[in-house]
Amino acid sequence: MNIVVCLKQVPGTTEVKIDPQTNTLIRQGIENIINPFDTYAIEEGVRLREKHGGKVTVITMGPPQAEAALREAVSLGADAAVLLSDRAFAGADTWATAYTLSRAVAKLQPCDLIICGRQTIDGDTGQVGPEMAEMLQLPFIAYVSRIEEIADGKLRVRRMVEEGHEVMETTLPAVITVSKEINVPRLPSLRGIMKSKSAAIPVWGVRELEVDEKMVGLAGSSTQVIKVFFPQRVHQAEMLEGDLDTRVDTLIDRLRSARVC
Amino acid sequence: MEVNIDLAKCTGCGACVPACPFGLLEVVDDKVQLKEGCTLCGACVDACAFEALSLPAVMETGAAADDSRGVWVFAEQRRGVLKNVAYELLSRGRELADTLGTGLSAVCLGHEVRDVASLIAYGADKVYLVDSPDLADNQEDFLTHKMVAMVRELKPEIVIAGATALGRSFIPRVAAILNTGLTADCTGLDIDTGKRLLLQTRPTFGGNIMATIICPNKRPQMATVRPRVFKKAAPDAGRRGEIVKLDFRKEGVIARVKLLDSVDEVTETVKLEDADIIVSGGRGLGKAENFKLLAELADVLGAALGSSRAAVDEGWIPYSHQVGQTGKTVCPRLYIACGISGAIQHLAGMQTSDIIVAINDDPNAPIFQVATYGIVGDLFKVVPRLIEKLKNG
Ligand SMILES: Cc1cc2nc3c(=O)[nH]c(=O)nc-3n(C[C@H](O)[C@H](O)[C@H](O)COP(=O)(O)OP(=O)(O)OC[C@H]3O[C@@H](n4cnc5c(N)ncnc54)[C@H](O)[C@@H]3O)c2cc1C
Repeated sequence: MNIVVCLKQVPGTTEVKIDPQTNTLIRQGIENIINPFDTYAIEEGVRLREKHGGKVTVITMGPPQAEAALREAVSLGADAAVLLSDRAFAGADTWATAYTLSRAVAKLQPCDLIICGRQTIDGDTGQVGPEMAEMLQLPFIAYVSRIEEIADGKLRVRRMVEEGHEVMETTLPAVITVSKEINVPRLPSLRGIMKSKSAAIPVWGVRELEVDEKMVGLAGSSTQVIKVFFPQRVHQAEMLEGDLDTRVDTLIDRLRSARVC
Repeated sequence: MEVNIDLAKCTGCGACVPACPFGLLEVVDDKVQLKEGCTLCGACVDACAFEALSLPAVMETGAAADDSRGVWVFAEQRRGVLKNVAYELLSRGRELADTLGTGLSAVCLGHEVRDVASLIAYGADKVYLVDSPDLADNQEDFLTHKMVAMVRELKPEIVIAGATALGRSFIPRVAAILNTGLTADCTGLDIDTGKRLLLQTRPTFGGNIMATIICPNKRPQMATVRPRVFKKAAPDAGRRGEIVKLDFRKEGVIARVKLLDSVDEVTETVKLEDADIIVSGGRGLGKAENFKLLAELADVLGAALGSSRAAVDEGWIPYSHQVGQTGKTVCPRLYIACGISGAIQHLAGMQTSDIIVAINDDPNAPIFQVATYGIVGDLFKVVPRLIEKLKNG
């Protein structure tokens, strides 16, 4: 099986701290990491290769330093990696990102399964997987929490929905996004770390992907961010005081007068 | 690409430095400098009084805003029952359509969907109803194909859908084919009347930052919105509207994904998203059995049971109960958080609840920052007493 895993390098925290003096994000000491949801995608790819044979290729679109995330993925078991990097790719929205990734996947043919994480922890959209699937004209299943079987060119999975789960089947090749319930990612192996150090990671840009500059990066993005601000939390809780009985009585009082109980 | 700095205009005043949410600007030798990592958000551009900062000109990539008109809401159904999110989106959609002076349509794809007329009561002028046994299971290849065909033919200017598992899965495919912008998980939708643009506001970085996004040159402008973000308006059974029936033919559409089985997992009777009251537990519960205590409180109040991700990760309660950024967004009249610290990802899913009660033994827990009423104390003392008093009173 030829598997491609798409990943993104993100700031290594979601507990973003804000400097109260300047009202800006504190970036010091925040390292870049592989988007946590993508680590499940890498692990699942590696497990499938261990079971069915083949090759796992990891790709990411990002600035040159995103190469570190690819090396880490190799240490976690990926066989090969490609960095999609070009100044023209900067400022991409989900459409332009999906387009760039889809061109890379097309260049990596033949490919049986493309795995993405369910969403990133910085952008939080979860749109790149399905958009890319459509650009590749491949079937798509989101929120996969278990791969049940791969046989006869078909994939059967369990995917999570609000009400519970669904069992779905699709033909291969296909694109899936995985949720964190699917596995527990392994730690890097010593062999993997050695391999990651020497792995040759090609860089593909506009020229290698043979894409039109108007289709990628900011130019290829239909959406524009026009304003960024911090959510306002001007709020004062009423802290209930007194002994246990008093506090509980006051609470019930408040709730009754608000007619919620 | 990054924000352009015109050093000739820069006075080194530093007004832009605090405006950058990422702290990437600094003044060195009386001129501003930019570090790596610019996201082109434009926050600094507005802050500069000397027009020294500008965003790179966006190349025209498609047809400019055309004569597309009308607001559409995708009215999601499951097993023939319309989801609440459809009514919530219609309620907000009505306001958007009125601001634009245009019509509001609900798009309902399914089979033998019940109570379709209710979509009109909640604000739709028109319901496009596509009824076919092939659509009963929400087969996503079919939904994608039909939505694309309808948008191309009927040309709405705005399409909004619920950010549900289904909406988040197939709506991006529709946007990909139409080559238009899509903004995920919006928490605010407004109209720039002058430019006839949809202003789409959404949290990013796990809710730490809000961004307002537009889609100036492509139509339709598409957005998904999580359930419970907008409030349902009161239905008006007397409202008039039209139900337009459209055909669905599966010939020519390849359905590659098949639904084999569908299993509901929510363990109790009250559904989290629809609950008026939610009693929610976190790691502070200590072990799975202690959820029984919360279940008892929920029982007394007629509430549904929620949880933090930590409790789900511990295996104390199924994922379908998780509230937060990667769980459900809820907006009950009353949310009681017990032993939940109030991490930003949890707050993202519940902070718009009408009344929030926090019970936590750590007075510095961030949950108290969003709480209406706070009790600092051991939940194992507070909750049993609360149950006892509610039962007796
Ligand atoms: C990408 C990402 C997505 C996430 N998505 C979500 C999400 O959707 N939902 C979510 O909830 N989290 C989410 N999280 C996790 C989140 O960051 C927190 O880790 C989680 O919410 C913590 O859960 P908690 O409050 O139950 O646990 P803790 O943070 O451990 O808090 C437990 C609290 O219980 C209190 N406590 C302990 N004992 C008692 C007692 N006897 N009486 C009273 N109080 C007591 C403690 O003081 C503490 O405040 C996400 C994280 C990431 C990185």
